[in-house]
Amino acid sequence: MDLREQRGETTDVYQPAEDSQLLADAVCDRVADGLVLEVGTGSGYVAGRIAEETNAQVVATDLNPHAVRQARDEGVEAIRADLVSPFANDSFDAVAFNPPYLPTDPDNEWDDWMERALSGGEDGRAVIDPFLETVGRVLAPDGVVYLLVSSLTGVDEVVERAGEHGFSAVAIAEESFPFETLTVLELVR
Amino acid sequence: MKESLLEILRCPLDKHELELEDAEYDGEEIVEGTLVCPECGERYPIEDGIPNLLPPDMREEAPA
Repeated sequence: MDLREQRGETTDVYQPAEDSQLLADAVCDRVADGLVLEVGTGSGYVAGRIAEETNAQVVATDLNPHAVRQARDEGVEAIRADLVSPFANDSFDAVAFNPPYLPTDPDNEWDDWMERALSGGEDGRAVIDPFLETVGRVLAPDGVVYLLVSSLTGVDEVVERAGEHGFSAVAIAEESFPFETLTVLELVR
Repeated sequence: MKESLLEILRCPLDKHELELEDAEYDGEEIVEGTLVCPECGERYPIEDGIPNLLPPDMREEAPA
């Protein structure tokens, strides 16, 4: 059974699930205004909720052309991009990311957009690591990162990586499911 | 995309500011056009209001 079958996914765009909701709730509770980036927006759900429930101005990126189209149709300012690469230094007051995080057998990778939305490579951090490495550049000096992490990926490992890039991490939301616990980390410098 | 987005958009390769060419507007929205990096010459299309700022080597490798 591949990832897509496990998750019961059949479309080209990751649709809002428990992880999206947990991240959106946490960000909306903490962000009041400013400029917010959502990386890997998928359907645009998290970005849309931030735009609706806060006074922040929101932009969103995704690698997937179907995702940016769907997000834009939801009224989100959408940009096709690789992580944070096309943004100016110190641009954002907050960056939110629900990354692909499922550890995946390398023989079973990058077949389609849904797998790309879910798979975090062999250790689950294939996308999280480069994100942590680059996000600091586009973050305002007192900016905050909200990163969703699963117990399947290893919260401690992600916290350690974040630390290597100058961030201290606090868990601000958590929800347990039969096969994983989801945590929203708040990263500050 | 809104024109104000240009303030924070940069060339993904060299982080240089981008110049907007051949823009077509629908109200305040730029719906078609090209973002050009005057530093490296790379061109990034805006189609249906969505700028594609993937580095050129990532535009083709992705699944359809």
